[in-house]
Amino acid sequence: MAKITLDRVRHSYLEQPASPADWALKQLDVVWSDGGAYALLGPSGCGKTTLLNVISGLLQPSGGRVLFDDRDVTGVPSDRRDIAQVFQFPVVYDTMSVYDNLAFPLRNRGIPEDQVKSRVQQIAGMLDLQGVLGNRASGLTADGKQKISLGRGLVRSDVNVIMFDEPLTVIDPHLKWQLRSKLKELHQEVGATMIYVTHDQTEALTFADNVVVMHDGQVVQIGTPVELFDKPKHTFVGHFIGSPGMNLLPCEIRDGFPSFLGHRLETAAAVEVPPGTARTEIGVRPEFVRFGDAGLPVEIVRVDDVGRYRIVAVQHKSHTIRLVTPEDVALPESSGHLVFDRDRTNVYADGWILE
Amino acid sequence: MIDKTTNQRAWLLVLPVVVLVAFNALIPLMTVINYSVQETFGNNVFFFEGVKWFEQILHSERFHAALLRQLTFTGIILLIEIPLGVAIALAMPKRGPWVSVCLVLMALPLLIPWNVVGAMWNIFALPDIGLLGRMINGMGFDYNFTQQPLAAWFTTILMDVWHWTSLVVLLAYAGLSAIPDAYYQAARIDGASAWSVFRYIQLPKMKRVLTIAVLLRFMDSFMIYTEPFVLTGGGPGNATTFLSIDLVKIALGQFDLGPAAAMSLIYFLIILLLSWIFYTLMMRNEAQ
Repeated sequence: MAKITLDRVRHSYLEQPASPADWALKQLDVVWSDGGAYALLGPSGCGKTTLLNVISGLLQPSGGRVLFDDRDVTGVPSDRRDIAQVFQFPVVYDTMSVYDNLAFPLRNRGIPEDQVKSRVQQIAGMLDLQGVLGNRASGLTADGKQKISLGRGLVRSDVNVIMFDEPLTVIDPHLKWQLRSKLKELHQEVGATMIYVTHDQTEALTFADNVVVMHDGQVVQIGTPVELFDKPKHTFVGHFIGSPGMNLLPCEIRDGFPSFLGHRLETAAAVEVPPGTARTEIGVRPEFVRFGDAGLPVEIVRVDDVGRYRIVAVQHKSHTIRLVTPEDVALPESSGHLVFDRDRTNVYADGWILE
Repeated sequence: MIDKTTNQRAWLLVLPVVVLVAFNALIPLMTVINYSVQETFGNNVFFFEGVKWFEQILHSERFHAALLRQLTFTGIILLIEIPLGVAIALAMPKRGPWVSVCLVLMALPLLIPWNVVGAMWNIFALPDIGLLGRMINGMGFDYNFTQQPLAAWFTTILMDVWHWTSLVVLLAYAGLSAIPDAYYQAARIDGASAWSVFRYIQLPKMKRVLTIAVLLRFMDSFMIYTEPFVLTGGGPGNATTFLSIDLVKIALGQFDLGPAAAMSLIYFLIILLLSWIFYTLMMRNEAQ
């Protein structure tokens, strides 16, 4: 068990990175506390897997340090970092039995066979694998194989962190839910730090206590699911998390308050725009926009009924705004006025929130 | 009861294949079977002899000797070429510009016509003018493959290894490249040694291609004719007279059509049987 610190870690796959785009990981400073359940969320190609491989030691970062507790492990190879990793596609040793698969990491470390046996039995119990211990691993279904991969991590009592690299990609939808609850359960049982990489916000938000959102090689926000929803620190978090994502509208700041195409909007407090800002926007989630008697005049362009609520798309000049309304609230005919919840309307300067 | 429409025109669609198979397999095979039970003294006059030629071949010491030589040869080249091919494939670069260079170099021996391979090695190994022959003699060994049976075997095996190991390398390399990186990464995290990685990841993942490699090399080497014919002509004496060389001697040298036909059928059945045994053994674990 350990706290993991990334100290100014950066990485490029190129020999001579020139432009910022050449860096797969721009500078990262992250602390993962001991025993936490983290999700690493971001779109494909944002650097999630690179970051994971830096922590597990499969990749040497171009710069910066990785610390486990206070020990610098930047140069330490994977097998001596005491970490476990579950990959996107199940990795099992085909010719071995399920038992031998689970025992493999222990036997490689020279642990006596009687201890191996009790440990394997214990882990097999946690993962519901007792019945198939004698079977060939290659004969199992995808979710069974993924359990073996996970078991090979859990079986070692010394793991600092277990990392999951989109582990549910090849699992049938109805088993995904089961396996995800199993992971959550195991986290409480084992207490190891877990980092779960995914591009699926549902997976991230249900698994993790803390979600690390990555975008373009940077960590844009670390927070609880509620924080990410209520106060996205970056416009990317706003539109990546939530369905539909946050509305973003260009605005000008006058006297500390935003104005969208001449319409003054209220926010909780006055903001101050830092000098040199190129672009200011307001962001408000569809859940916090409603129709009112007065406000921003809009035309309704589309209504999607998605069950318990409706998603309404409206237009003001060429800007589309989405709002979520409950099923039982009546909509105006074809045009109306929008009211934004002032406490939930955020102002962003060059993508970052102003507070 | 469902009414089935009967449409005999479907046979027309199968006809091209039937004709093709008939002319390249069935009719020649029937001819051989026909010869194998008859005796001829020329003038296209044939007498039925039953299984006489089969009995004669099965009890012939000459056939036993050729079969033993054949089995020894095939066994030796399989024992050398399969491990060597796997070792070379493991040593080849995984990515980068050298991959294509290695692949082209590996493919070169496979592109050379078989009789040219035989002729090349014949000259290469001659003790007086050949580079290899002179080198070996220069190192103090008495080496002359045209006179010494052991030297003839050595040269024939070396030639086959040079000619065909590439095939095993290419197949094994294809099998290795198909292994996802995650396996190696998982093995590193699990603390597996290089030997464990080979034993539990690389070898099992290469199993299918290696099965193909073993079968191909078994069948090809068991039927080998051209290269040893050009290199040694089956000699010195009968030292490198393998089954196919012996068969040609009987059929075309002595013009004993009956015994030759019986021998080719036995030869064919042996290859079929051994291939089946190899295949079953190597695939047995898979089925579990």
